[in-house]
Amino acid sequence: MISRLRAIAKKELKQLIRDTRMLFVIFSFPVLLLVIFGYAVNFDVQNIQLGVYDQERSDISREFINSLTSSSYFKVTKTISNYEDIKQTLDKKDAQVVLVLPKDFSHNFFSAKEPAIIQFLIDGVDGNSASIIQNYVNSAVYTFNLKYQKQIVARYGKSLQIPIDLQPIFWFNPDLETTKFLIPGLIALILIVSAVITVALTLVREKEKGTIEQINVSSITTIELLLGKSLPYLIVALINASLILLAGYVMFGVVVKGNYLLLFMSTLIFLFACTSMGILASVISDSQQVAFTIATFVSLLPSVILSGFIFPIDSMPIAVQILTNITPAKFFIVVLRAIILRGAGLEAFWTQLLYLILFSSILLGLATIINKKKTEFNR
Amino acid sequence: MMNSITINNLTKRFGNFTSVDSISFDVKEGEIFGFLGANGAGKTTTIKMLCGILSPTEGDALVAGFSIKKEPNKVKLNIGYMSQRFSLYNDLTVEENINFFGGIYGLNGSRLLERKQWVLKIANLNGKENLLTASLPGGIKQRLALGTAVIHRPKIVFLDEPTSGVDPISRRNFWDLIHNLSSDGITVFVTTHYLEEAEFCNNIILINAGKLIAEGSSKELKTNYLKNDLYEIECSNVVDALEILEVQNFVEETSIFGNNIHISVNRNFSSTQQIESVLLSNKDIKISRVNKIVPTLEDVFIHLLERDKK
Repeated sequence: MISRLRAIAKKELKQLIRDTRMLFVIFSFPVLLLVIFGYAVNFDVQNIQLGVYDQERSDISREFINSLTSSSYFKVTKTISNYEDIKQTLDKKDAQVVLVLPKDFSHNFFSAKEPAIIQFLIDGVDGNSASIIQNYVNSAVYTFNLKYQKQIVARYGKSLQIPIDLQPIFWFNPDLETTKFLIPGLIALILIVSAVITVALTLVREKEKGTIEQINVSSITTIELLLGKSLPYLIVALINASLILLAGYVMFGVVVKGNYLLLFMSTLIFLFACTSMGILASVISDSQQVAFTIATFVSLLPSVILSGFIFPIDSMPIAVQILTNITPAKFFIVVLRAIILRGAGLEAFWTQLLYLILFSSILLGLATIINKKKTEFNR
Repeated sequence: MMNSITINNLTKRFGNFTSVDSISFDVKEGEIFGFLGANGAGKTTTIKMLCGILSPTEGDALVAGFSIKKEPNKVKLNIGYMSQRFSLYNDLTVEENINFFGGIYGLNGSRLLERKQWVLKIANLNGKENLLTASLPGGIKQRLALGTAVIHRPKIVFLDEPTSGVDPISRRNFWDLIHNLSSDGITVFVTTHYLEEAEFCNNIILINAGKLIAEGSSKELKTNYLKNDLYEIECSNVVDALEILEVQNFVEETSIFGNNIHISVNRNFSSTQQIESVLLSNKDIKISRVNKIVPTLEDVFIHLLERDKK
């Protein structure tokens, strides 16, 4: 068994090494994706363009504006002096947010009766950014309020104790950097795409060239064939995974907090699931073209859109949430984030691994049945 | 002599289509057995069943003593198979191909080394182990494919149209190789389109539309199935001549062979003058030759297939 498996794996590896085009694709693809996703896809909102219409120009209004711009979140790009300008500023995209401070700002501010009303006009075209901007504004106002509330109330001879003083702290990714969040998803994405496609192609190639017949008539078992053929690609995928981790560390400072052995074992289980997808794709198709199309379709699209890699699954409609189970990447991403970002142990994600094993078994079973049906009806 | 293959009412249906229809025959140990039939007659399906990769709908066969239905894996251990596509990996070198096929049959160490030398020798590839297989000429590839197919010394080797697309000299050399295998005691089960190659076989069967329609040695086929005398006519205006001959009461069957006409004659036939006189009734036909011939396998098969059509 071992010697026959080794013969197949060795042959496969030699073919792969000789196939420079394939090698180039396999190893350049991850680097390309990493650069694109790491640098271009960034959900952090910084340097928000702020338009200011300060009708009062008092000390306190200037102090409020400074409290916003002293962080790296806001910078004033436009100073506005009348209402017509506000519309123009937003229309021309000279600012994403316009802050309007009224004439009676300082009066109401210190009155301890009426609150000072200020207006933030946010460009809502990009809903995601808009809500992030809103959060920034809220917390800026909250901090500013906190600073002055006691002072103002004390002026009138009273003391104030705030019922709840909220102090949120972000764990695991304290600065909320998108790249830290993306790297685990990226590993899953790259592995699933390269593993599914390479495995699907390597099996169909034998079908297309007719060499599979020679293997079929030998006493080699299906398991030996599949394992032997997947093994070299498994190694390639593991090398790829390590490269991405290394690049993630060098370029974006992502450090694996958890156990490396656990990470390795989980990756193996995930790759097993990817391999079974590749096998199913190759069983269904009779040419490399068809196999490539199917493999790309089932691996790339769901693992970008449905895996929780970018779009949070919890905010999808229920029907789509159920649909997300078709991609093993969804489960692996949970595992990866747990190990890499949180340093969690097996107890945090063993159900995910169990699902991956179940997923592979179902797919492999399906592939075996279809394969049998196909050989029975193909002359 | 022992039977190497015993086939019993072997049948394969794909849905409503019967590809192989209850065929039975025996193949003796060490013989070269020709398995002939037109495209789509069921040859490849039969071979696939005998190799244990397709299970029969009905019937069974013993290959090297093992049932293809119950023990297909034991069958596989005792056979070699070479398809018409010479299943070699073009992107591997000669030696890598040999190592691979040796490997999947579980050969290693000194046994693999010894068999590798043997394959290199029969394929004339000594010293060319590191050539890419894609760069080899067809004839050499074919010999290499045969060598790898029997690298594990099987008792039986199935060759499915092994000589299609190969030049005549390579074909001749290839048949020498097949004879060598046979004299080493390996049973060779071969399908071919070239009827002159079938003459090299010890025994032949012919199938048509999944049914066995003739069996025996080349000599037996010619005498048993073709009772009528055969005449060859060389003349001008072959098409018109054929039309005239077809309707004569002394003519049993007609067929065109190259530029000549072959006719088989029945007991109403007396002499070649009969042929000449009916043909000369048409002024456009000029006869250059009419003579009695010894039938070839092609004559026999055309006769049998015509008969089967009726």
